Amino acid sequence: MHIIKLIVKNMLRHKLRTLLTVLGIAIAVVAFGLLRTVVTAWYAGVDASSANRLITRHSVSFIFPLPLAYKDRISKIDGIDNVTYANWFGGVYIDKKQFFARLAVDAETFFDVYPELMIPKEQLEAFKRERNSCVIGEQLVQRYNLKIGDIMPIEGDIYPGRWEFVIRGIYKPRDKTTDPSNMLIQWQYLEERMKEETPSRAGYVGWYIAQIKDPNNSAFISGQIDEQFKNSPAETKSETERAFQQSFMASVSAIITAMDVMSFVIIGIILLVLGNTMVMSARERVREYAVLKTLGFSTFHLIGLIGGESLTIAITGGIIGIGLAFPMIDGFAAILPKGWFPIFNLEPITLLLASISALMVGFLAAVFPIQRATSTKIVDGLRQVG
Amino acid sequence: MKIPFKYITRNLKTRRLTTILTVVGISLVVFVFAAVLMMAHGIQKTLIQTGSDENVIVLRKAATAEITSIIMQDQANVVQTIPSISKLSSGKPFISNEIVAIINLPYSQKEGGLGNVTVRGVTPEGFQLRQNMNLSGGRFFNWGSREIIVGSSIKKRFKGTELGDKIKFGGDEWTIVGSFDAGGNGFDSEIWGDQIQLAQAFGYTGAYSSLLIRLDNVNAFTQFQEAFNKDLRLQTLEVKREKKFYEEQSEDMAMFIRILGIAVTIIFSLGAMIGAMITMYAAVSNRTIEIGTLRALGFRRRNVLFAFLIESLSISIFGGLIGLFLASFLQFFDISMINFGSFAELAFSFSLSPSIIINSLIFTVVMGLVGGFLPSIRASRLNIVNALRSS
Repeated sequence: MHIIKLIVKNMLRHKLRTLLTVLGIAIAVVAFGLLRTVVTAWYAGVDASSANRLITRHSVSFIFPLPLAYKDRISKIDGIDNVTYANWFGGVYIDKKQFFARLAVDAETFFDVYPELMIPKEQLEAFKRERNSCVIGEQLVQRYNLKIGDIMPIEGDIYPGRWEFVIRGIYKPRDKTTDPSNMLIQWQYLEERMKEETPSRAGYVGWYIAQIKDPNNSAFISGQIDEQFKNSPAETKSETERAFQQSFMASVSAIITAMDVMSFVIIGIILLVLGNTMVMSARERVREYAVLKTLGFSTFHLIGLIGGESLTIAITGGIIGIGLAFPMIDGFAAILPKGWFPIFNLEPITLLLASISALMVGFLAAVFPIQRATSTKIVDGLRQVG
Repeated sequence: MKIPFKYITRNLKTRRLTTILTVVGISLVVFVFAAVLMMAHGIQKTLIQTGSDENVIVLRKAATAEITSIIMQDQANVVQTIPSISKLSSGKPFISNEIVAIINLPYSQKEGGLGNVTVRGVTPEGFQLRQNMNLSGGRFFNWGSREIIVGSSIKKRFKGTELGDKIKFGGDEWTIVGSFDAGGNGFDSEIWGDQIQLAQAFGYTGAYSSLLIRLDNVNAFTQFQEAFNKDLRLQTLEVKREKKFYEEQSEDMAMFIRILGIAVTIIFSLGAMIGAMITMYAAVSNRTIEIGTLRALGFRRRNVLFAFLIESLSISIFGGLIGLFLASFLQFFDISMINFGSFAELAFSFSLSPSIIINSLIFTVVMGLVGGFLPSIRASRLNIVNALRSS
């Protein structure tokens, strides 16, 4: 009990310094939380991917289409429950700065394969019925203040011309990792217009999504799909949805590495700030430690005293930092251009990591002062002038 | 009467560990600050260099990149007839009708990853329209053959892109016969081949991705643009200066890096200032008797204030210089990242500019001043008698 009392008294001796140190740690925890949140936001697509979905695309690149005829051949393969397909529709909504995915999908099967996009039954029926309808995610409803029955005009780029889609459905994301900002239109409608305008582009889809029964079979089944189309004009490459998403991550790995490095640098900075404080405190108190030793306090007590102070400061800073991280991250999300990160949440794992780092820093910052306090001889300590 | 500078430097030496810790903290902050700005600058520099002032590019109106743009043959023919296009000695208009596609190639370092690479089908004019295109190995491809040449940073980053290797796409195998160096601009991240051959392979019959045009002179742009916009057959297309086009491509990525960088730097610098403040407050309280003595010797309050401010500034400038020095080594590193503008990967390097150096130094000075200001005020306000009496 005495030790705790001493720790508190020591902390309050230089109120300003303690306050500044706590603040410094809090700020670093906020920065750490922010960076990790950006990293997890990049990985949102990977986290959202399902283990029982395979993506089949053109072997050269996803920008080349696959014949519609592949659908039947894929669905005949053993172990596949359901096959659907989609196209990147692209185009410009309002202006070129509005980022969200615009996909042409098979109205009949798409929502069966993506159960995480939750849509009311009657809205889905309306989407299937009406050629020029679309379904949008909840986030788009808020972002553009839309409602069912509104028209979304799109200026096509890959599919030239002016397109108008009537909103017939709004889906809700089932999981936190589900992208709430997709716009889905009917592939069948796209196909009809292509047949009229550029018949050479009709009859193609962007990629196939196959739902498989057993995720453990994914490698075998993807191999079988690709085997089917070997030496055809459009060879395929199939992989799990996760692998597909991860291949996108490889192309932004530079920025992710940079952020990883920075989050370590931040921990380094917290360590320096707190370490500095502890070194200074210990230097000022060399004489007191000698007195304590003379009075019969053991090395163990000194460790408790210095380590306890360091840990208490670190923990207080950590708690304040975590408290500040929530509003900071919301603020940051507000500055970012809309749609950059459809999913931007402070994950529990981020909080856990931040807490562990704060604790570790608390321990580490105490090492040097403890070593100094315990190794100084009583006589030298008493003689020391601060 | 000024307090000698030697006194200040001696103080820094006496409390070596604290000084070092603070210097390291500040240098880390400046390092990150400079690194982020260098990254954003690197992307922009690479893309802006890619364009040339005299060239204009024609794309489909809504297209954000060449890859999503389609120009039909008859439209391309109409564009040719617009005045103020420069003529070649053969009398042909100086235009390159190009097609652009993206293919996947495996990375040479990251296992299992596939990168997006731009393949560009060019015409002989395409080479003349771009300066700095130098062959760095092998030879140019033969027109009418299934041969390709690769940019210098493609060779570095992707597997199977050495001279003599074959890449399979578009239903055929393409032999790499040469590599080129475009002077660090965006073309270094591309693969080039014969437009007619590639158009066939990718099924771009009767259509192009973009038209690159040389105008009579730099000032002819407005005139050209007016004629272009008036033509009813070209309503679905738009024309841009080539430089502007590449500049726009870099905007999103550079903005993202800047926003993130500035957010992180603000937070970091608060941390560093707090660190400096702690150090300086401690310096003041440790030296209360000294300060009292100085004042008793006749040094003025503002002398004490300046002495402490200079001490804090020396720490932060020293740290800042170390940080900048370390950051300058980043220039030797090339990084590559997907450019959301074009959806293909772009290789660039960290790039230091005078304005980044100046900004980092200003930032350093501000950190030192802010961190040292309050403690210095306290030092200068100390009462002589109390200060001398304190233990």
